Amino acid sequence: MIPQPFVSLDGIAKSWNGKIGVEDVSLDIPEGAFVALLGPSGCGKSTTLRLLAGLEIPDEGRIVIDGRDVTNSAASDRNLSMVFQSYALFPHLSVAENVIFGLKVRRVPRAERLEKLRRALEITGLTGLEDRKPGELSGGQRQRVALARAIVAGQRLCLMDEPLSNLDAKLRHAVRKDIKKLQQDLGITVVYVTHDQTEAMSMADIVVLMKDGHIQQIGTPQELYNAPVNTFVAEFVGAPPMALIKGHALAGFDNAATIGLRAENIRLEETGKGRLTCTVTECEFLGAETFIGLAHEHATGLTLKAPGMALHPSGHTVEIGFADDDLHIFDSGGKRVARTSLTPTAKRHDQA
Amino acid sequence: MSNPHANLERRRQAIYGWLLLSPAALLLSVFAFYPSLATLWSSTFSRGNRRNPSEYIGLENYADLFADPTFWLVVRNNLFYAGITIPVSIFIALSMALWANSKIPARGFVRTAYFTPTVLPMIAAANLWLFFYTPGLGVLDQIGALFGLPSVNWLGQPETALWAIIIVTIWKEAGFFMIFYLAALQTIPEDLKEAADIEGASRWTYTRRIVLPLLMPTTLFIMVNAMINSVKLIDHLFILTKGGPSDASKLILYYVWEMAFAFFDAPHAAAMTMLVLLVLGIVAAIQFFLIDRRTHYQ
Ligand SMILES: Nc1ncnc2c1ncn2[C@@H]1O[C@H](COP(=O)(O)OP(=O)(O)OP(=O)(O)O)[C@@H](O)[C@H]1O
Ligand SMILES: [Mg+2]
Repeated sequence: MIPQPFVSLDGIAKSWNGKIGVEDVSLDIPEGAFVALLGPSGCGKSTTLRLLAGLEIPDEGRIVIDGRDVTNSAASDRNLSMVFQSYALFPHLSVAENVIFGLKVRRVPRAERLEKLRRALEITGLTGLEDRKPGELSGGQRQRVALARAIVAGQRLCLMDEPLSNLDAKLRHAVRKDIKKLQQDLGITVVYVTHDQTEAMSMADIVVLMKDGHIQQIGTPQELYNAPVNTFVAEFVGAPPMALIKGHALAGFDNAATIGLRAENIRLEETGKGRLTCTVTECEFLGAETFIGLAHEHATGLTLKAPGMALHPSGHTVEIGFADDDLHIFDSGGKRVARTSLTPTAKRHDQA
Repeated sequence: MSNPHANLERRRQAIYGWLLLSPAALLLSVFAFYPSLATLWSSTFSRGNRRNPSEYIGLENYADLFADPTFWLVVRNNLFYAGITIPVSIFIALSMALWANSKIPARGFVRTAYFTPTVLPMIAAANLWLFFYTPGLGVLDQIGALFGLPSVNWLGQPETALWAIIIVTIWKEAGFFMIFYLAALQTIPEDLKEAADIEGASRWTYTRRIVLPLLMPTTLFIMVNAMINSVKLIDHLFILTKGGPSDASKLILYYVWEMAFAFFDAPHAAAMTMLVLLVLGIVAAIQFFLIDRRTHYQ
């Protein structure tokens, strides 16, 4: 028997005055999963999350949480907690009061409340700050108060809307790990909105990539990275993103509209032996490796990843090579095509 | 042992501060502090006439006031007036603001409608209400007549005159205070409501635990204003009742005016003014120091 998904969105649509927020969003989330909603600004991530939370009601579709149809239920009936992008802390209440606000509302007895508060503050490393007001905390501390408020409720589903967007890079990295660890320790299901693909790829079990209110691909980070379903996913996921080459630029691939190629699969070739001839546009030295940006008239985003310090003067002409197996093929609509469905002439020719 | 450079800097800051303060300080001195002191001074002199020139009599004017039954009646009237108008107009203002701030149809219209009484001058408002209260012809009586009720002279009988005045004041002030509450409500971020929703808080819990505390600074401001208004807003008395009948609707400031410009008894008027100033100052101080400590400013 296939286990019932814990959370399920089915054909969800929401628009405002005819302007689409999201459309035809269907998504199944197993219990205990860490799901990242990923996409560029305005693609409908927050809308999806707010629909799930009950802060918006969908125009179409069905939402089921833990076997209960909650499509039209109020937010408070959905048994979930949420971390807001802006933290949404109550400015006049102390850290402790902020955290136990929901427990008080739900009339949890005092002793239990204090015990839960103590644990939540311990987990989030806020012990000692109980009596501060949110205004007297740093951004990272506020973020952790919001987190503490979400976990103290003890709900099995937690929604987070870009909770790290206001933190500096170093803190973001640390809190990212904290959140992931917390989710695993508590065994809760997390739906996490972010526009940062590194964040999504490093934290999530399942990544949902969206664009213009539509889901582009649902899959594990590996699936999105290794088998992007279309050119949008290919270009969005990975740093640097996948390079796209027009099919006719490559001998034997005339039937493919676009060919994708990752930086780590490109290698420098000696003159005369390469498959493409490009010009170096820039070099970015990152310590362990160097990204060399390349320009070719029929390609975008070509980047070569070279180990260590490997600077090339810009304007320099280089030839590059790659294996056929590393190519991602897309049709004229941008959709991924299985490599075998290509006319095999080219391949056979190669192998011969 | 402090470093001379820091000292100099501190002195410069102090001078800078005083320079910024001086225009306001100057104007206040000329138009507020000096007149108050002059009033205090003149309240200690007797009323002069052709035969007895004015002379220093110390606190005698105050003693006269305390012995004057009309003074005590006026004080009682004013306390009652303040005791009703302040809480009621604040409560109505807050309710209207909460309502006009929610997602209702014709929100702009509702807000404008509430605000209209505020833009009317008090005299015009009083004339409007005269049209409501006039026995026989007034709107209230006309409505009453539809139900067969006898004509009531709202402004002409001691039992109802002060109430009639109170209602006009509330009608006038509530809309004004609502604007302050509305402005304060706009500064409360929408996501606080959403966070409270997710935590399962009812609308009432949210209002009580989040909205009202966040409105405290506004409430404090409004309370001080309402209190001052309950003393200084007497324009409508001139139109509606002139303090009558038999002083039933007379308020302190009206009595001061009467004393000074109808009975030409400036010293007693000055003494009464000083008492009003004293009481207002004490109450404002209490409000600021006691309530302020429990108020969260964003
Ligand atoms: N309340 C609303 N009224 C009208 N349009 C809205 C509303 N909320 C969202 N939208 C529209 O819906 C679309 C999706 O918005 P959403 O907030 O979900 O984007 P997002 O993916 O969260 O973007 P970001 O990364 O910038 O937060 C946008 O085009 C937005 O303009
Ligand atoms: Mg968003």
